[in-house]
Amino acid sequence: MTIKEIVDKYGSKRENLLQILHGIQNQNPRNYINKESISALSKEMNIPVSQIKGTASFYSMFSFIPRGKYVIRVCESPPCHLLGAESIFKAIEYKLGIMIGETTKDGLFTLEGTSCLGICGVAPAMMINEDVHGNLNEEKIFQILDQIQEQEKERIQLCREEALTRF
Amino acid sequence: MSRRSIDQILEGKPYKKLLSSEKLQQSEIDLVNTDPKKTQYYGRIVLDNCGRINPEEIEEYIGTGGYQALGMALKEKKPEDIIKIVKDSGLKGRGGAGFPTGLKWSFAAQEKESPKYVICNADEGEPGTFKDRLIMEGDPHKILEGMAICAYAIGANIGYIYIRGEYQLSIQRLEKAIKEAEKLGLLGKNIFDTDFDFEVKIKIGAGSYVCGEETALLNSMEGFRGEPRLKPPFPAKSGFLSKPTNLNNVETLANIPPIILNGAEWFRKFGTEDSPGTKVYSILGHINRPGLIEVPMGITLREIIYDYAGGMSSGEFKMAQIGGTAGGILPIELLDVPLDYLSLQIEGHNLGSGAILIMNETVPVVDFLECCMKFFVHESCGRCSICRIGTKQMYESFKYLREKEANYDELKKIEELAEALKLVAFCPLGQSVASPVLSALKYFRAELSKEIDSNEDYETITREMSDIVFDYS
Repeated sequence: MTIKEIVDKYGSKRENLLQILHGIQNQNPRNYINKESISALSKEMNIPVSQIKGTASFYSMFSFIPRGKYVIRVCESPPCHLLGAESIFKAIEYKLGIMIGETTKDGLFTLEGTSCLGICGVAPAMMINEDVHGNLNEEKIFQILDQIQEQEKERIQLCREEALTRF
Repeated sequence: MSRRSIDQILEGKPYKKLLSSEKLQQSEIDLVNTDPKKTQYYGRIVLDNCGRINPEEIEEYIGTGGYQALGMALKEKKPEDIIKIVKDSGLKGRGGAGFPTGLKWSFAAQEKESPKYVICNADEGEPGTFKDRLIMEGDPHKILEGMAICAYAIGANIGYIYIRGEYQLSIQRLEKAIKEAEKLGLLGKNIFDTDFDFEVKIKIGAGSYVCGEETALLNSMEGFRGEPRLKPPFPAKSGFLSKPTNLNNVETLANIPPIILNGAEWFRKFGTEDSPGTKVYSILGHINRPGLIEVPMGITLREIIYDYAGGMSSGEFKMAQIGGTAGGILPIELLDVPLDYLSLQIEGHNLGSGAILIMNETVPVVDFLECCMKFFVHESCGRCSICRIGTKQMYESFKYLREKEANYDELKKIEELAEALKLVAFCPLGQSVASPVLSALKYFRAELSKEIDSNEDYETITREMSDIVFDYS
């Protein structure tokens, strides 16, 4: 969808700004809001660029730098901290070789710390894009990440084969 | 919606079918045979339907008496009567502040300006709280019904539900619920053949804790930075788009249909004299059964830990934090204080959002407080400097304490900052930062002092030498 279509979908009033920003970010393959779309949005909605950026930067779900295909958000709040969120971060950092706020070289994963996800009953918890994973331990994390990496490998393999058949 | 089904709903008869699976019906039969007090559904008001009905089917909600309260309100009662019932019931806001709901509604009802708005605050950001998520996922129609009754009472025609962006399932379920209710004519134009119109829209947040504060939520809904506004004017006078607005928490609104249906007297049978009704708590930490419970107001912490939560999972009880990260810390001496608004106020605490985090003796107070402060540093919106800088300073102080590098006056500094935050912070977020810190200083000062005493760096001044330090201030 172009920016105009997204704005038309939600309405061009200021109160729909957050929804539109969500829409722009979700359709970007790298999960972020780029400069061009902000300036296009500014013209479309008649709001200064500074105001759009000021509003979007307030909210932790919006990003202005390219992120991975899978955004891993690990809960940092006290309930998860008590039950070992620290070791979850370490396990992911060890497995993927990235620190908080960084993206893997293959563009697959971004690691982020987040406030409470509202799934404290199964603490420590994390979200990968929109999937929730609870009762985590190191083994479980390795298993989840392996599974995603395996899926991606298969997908790339399939894409390659498909591309080859076209020639 | 057909005439016949409207009559059926008003008479409280199931309109299509009662329960979907046979398994659920089976458990219904079991409930009759066993002692009703021992079942998990006993004494529930808000969570009554959660887990019993399929939340994605409106027929099942109607089958359990759903939308009957709305029909009754629209057909038989005037808006003033409804506000009176809610006032008499003594229902208090379940979001954390505990403001009487009936009074709040009457403020919005007095306003002449139109349009008016009803907003359901589902921006549940308090760490450790997940009651609203489970109510929205388990019984979305109850919230819609509560909102419609509220709208009728205050004279509004548009409602918004502000949900945080992380709750994808809640958003999906509520969207489906709204669509289904509109299809049956329970929302939209001329509900129940009266001239009352009401539509509900969903707004999605984008990850900000402070947006749970009502005026910050309004700013966020209008598409601005989620910073709190100056009060007064209160939202009842000038809220969303500067129009009269009534904001209620999810749990508060979910209490409304049963109150209208059964009356204020019935509601007052639950809980205590000052705080009637039930409260949904999310209990977590070092316990055997973490999760959600709905219990009458006035129950003690000891009962919650040892009866409902199945006891400590490891170690001995050391402390509990009630009301999420912004709540106070209760030591073992306060295990028998009844949990209701008034009794906790006497002890200087607040019931808050209903999260109860139970910790055993392996948790150092310093480490826990550092984690709390880290959260506030991240979530402070930056509007007022005392909160922006004060939270950061406190975080660093606790870090020094934990790393055993603290000076002799670290605790004094923390205490001064906390008192200052409580007095001058702009919004409830900043003011509530003080409550975990001050309560920890009150009950665990000895433990915190020990951290200073164990500073082995000979160059810094330790607590024993504090007498010889001359204070120039």
